[in-house]
Amino acid sequence: MNHNRNNNTKKNLMTGSKIIIESLINEGVDTIFGYPGGAVLNIYDELLNYKDKIKHVLVRHEQGAAHAADGYARASGKVGVVLVTSGPGATNTITGIATANMDSVPMVIITGQVPTNLIGNDAFQEADTVGITRPCTKHNYLVKDIKDLARTIKEAFYIASTGRPGPVLIDIPKDITSSVYEFDYPETVQLHGYNPTYFGHHIQIAKLASEILKAKKPLLYIGGGVISSNASAELFELAELLDLPITSTLMGLGGFPSCHPLFFGMLGMHGTYAANMAISNADFIVAIGARFDDRVTGKVEEFGRNAKFAHIDIDPSSIGKNVKIEIPVVGDVKSVLSSLLEVLNGRNEEISEAKYERLGWLEEINAWKYEHPLTYKMNDVIKPQYVIEKIYELTGGEAIIATEVGQSQMWTAQFYKFKNPRTLLTSGGLGTMGFGFPAAIGAQMAHPDKIVFDIAGDGSIQMNIQELATAVQYNLPVKIAIINNNFLGMIRQWQELFYHKRYSFSEMNVNPDFVKLAEAYGAVGLRAKDPDDVVPVIEKALSIKRPVIMDFIVDREESVYPMVAPGSPITGMLLV
Amino acid sequence: MEKTHILSITVENESGVLTRVAGLFSARGFNIDSICVAKTLEKNESKMIIATSGDAQILEQIVKQLNRLINVIKVQEFTDDDSVLRQTVLVKVNADETTKGDIFRIKEIFNGRIIDVSRNHYTLEVTGSEKKIDSLIDILRPLGIKDIVKTGIIALASAKKII
Ligand SMILES: Cc1ncc(C[n+]2csc(CCOP(=O)(O)OP(=O)(O)O)c2C)c(N)n1
Repeated sequence: MNHNRNNNTKKNLMTGSKIIIESLINEGVDTIFGYPGGAVLNIYDELLNYKDKIKHVLVRHEQGAAHAADGYARASGKVGVVLVTSGPGATNTITGIATANMDSVPMVIITGQVPTNLIGNDAFQEADTVGITRPCTKHNYLVKDIKDLARTIKEAFYIASTGRPGPVLIDIPKDITSSVYEFDYPETVQLHGYNPTYFGHHIQIAKLASEILKAKKPLLYIGGGVISSNASAELFELAELLDLPITSTLMGLGGFPSCHPLFFGMLGMHGTYAANMAISNADFIVAIGARFDDRVTGKVEEFGRNAKFAHIDIDPSSIGKNVKIEIPVVGDVKSVLSSLLEVLNGRNEEISEAKYERLGWLEEINAWKYEHPLTYKMNDVIKPQYVIEKIYELTGGEAIIATEVGQSQMWTAQFYKFKNPRTLLTSGGLGTMGFGFPAAIGAQMAHPDKIVFDIAGDGSIQMNIQELATAVQYNLPVKIAIINNNFLGMIRQWQELFYHKRYSFSEMNVNPDFVKLAEAYGAVGLRAKDPDDVVPVIEKALSIKRPVIMDFIVDREESVYPMVAPGSPITGMLLV
Repeated sequence: MEKTHILSITVENESGVLTRVAGLFSARGFNIDSICVAKTLEKNESKMIIATSGDAQILEQIVKQLNRLINVIKVQEFTDDDSVLRQTVLVKVNADETTKGDIFRIKEIFNGRIIDVSRNHYTLEVTGSEKKIDSLIDILRPLGIKDIVKTGIIALASAKKII
């Protein structure tokens, strides 16, 4: 750096605001998503001096900032950064923070706070942000002394991005941003209570290796941990080495190429027939960076009822939470898988024997796959699944796909064949409608040259539609595909199946004209009403280097199948 | 089976730690029967002793979740066998000429002290195991307990265990 220290003057003195921004730069941050307000005005003023180093994306709602930072983080693997004001600014980010927390996404959220002398006074725009966000962050801080500011930021980034990643919030009172202190960014952190286990235990890994070799009907059940630890390459090597069939959770999609013959699709409530049957018939299941969520397991007592379980996860609290685990391996997925590969290295005879032994098992799963593939019936209206298939084909599976929540999300998971990690951005844990579009904006910021989609329902898209202005302002060519059924489709589906078609408040009787809406924002609007329109509309959208809304008017009462009723065993699938 | 569990939790002495720890219990519908917190000899460290009851599997989850908290340095689980568990109780009992003698005898048996006296009341201080405290209360109850306060359980790994 260029600040030569002069012995006579004080060293490197800065305002709190400058310390914050310099710290961010030290962390390699070049993009932040934010919205100004009184408590962060000092920081915003300083931000103008850093225009060449930090891009600030002005969203239209703080929830949008949180989801955008989240999408940025999921798509890039970097920490997403949010800057918002106190009180309503902070509370508006809560849904976004909880979403990131549930899906273990690394984020740092900086919130302004009223000046220290006013804290606890019900001051204007005061909220107990640290109190409110305690249960939905990995950790949070209130900075009460400028001396702690740089260290706190260092710790926040460290905590957010290591171990099981997650959002960390730093609440900074306004007076701290204007007071002055020496800036000296710490190189290391000292956290006595925080030492994530990175390497798996070698005895456990050896056990795992021999069980995998021994198993007649092994199955890998992968989750989001494969993606957050960047373990796709190791997973691929392992699967191919041993011919291990794979099923994935929603969060794990893209962690293994969907078109690979060893891949049998998503499992769980809307999983494939093959995947759910495989789980129930396997004799050894290795859960990798997955957490046995109830949407995955169905009736948990029946889940993998013929199998022994191994579980690789960085978070010990995920292991053995819902299902009894014979071989727990605590550690980073990537590191554990590469150790596992080392242990297997050279055991060629055992490996080829194991592969030979399980040929029948692969045949069995393939038979399930051909018996009940993912499918739908075409007719003269647009089928939502058809739209997703065409988006897949026309983007060659290379696009980054953010989703909203509901039927369109599930169809995306089923019919878009994800090839690469970090290309599906979806709110799996919290199931947040309104996540997809701002997340797509964040992803597009991280990858300006990639094609980024938000696949949305007509309900979800209206939860953060205001961000269209953001996309237009920053010229982010995000493509929004609205699967428009004029329903809160997933709700309608549950009401159809479990409430005798009593469609209580799930019909979207009034929707805006999405084409005109796009135009009003300065984006492009396209509509497809007929199956023949689908391909031309997608092609047109892809040719336009601006934000586009595609309004696909689809079959209104199409449902997502297979479906397992909540609480039922996952073999109890309703099929098309 | 529901059982009493004693957790000894070493934490960093930062504001909000108590809420974080307590929040974990309440978020999982786990009751805290008692909680004691004080600084240790280590600078910036406190120890919390939490008594709780619930099934072992949920407890295992709680221990794991506690370990996940950034400010939690160490979590130990204690049982009667491997630790010494103590709590202190202060009981104010009705005392008149006919019962004062009894109270004195009870005090002797329980190895306690009378720490406050008024015309109609004696206040006893007794330290011991949960069981001892319970039987003290049983014995005093017929005399009329005016008020009572317990410190909650504190615990230390037993010296035997370390040897
Ligand atoms: C913020 C939020 N509110 C409510 C829900 C409950 N919910 C789940 S799916 C769904 C319907 C979504 O409808 P739409 O976006 O039109 O998508 P579709 O299911 O029709 O594809 C609702 C209301 C939710 N997931 N998130």
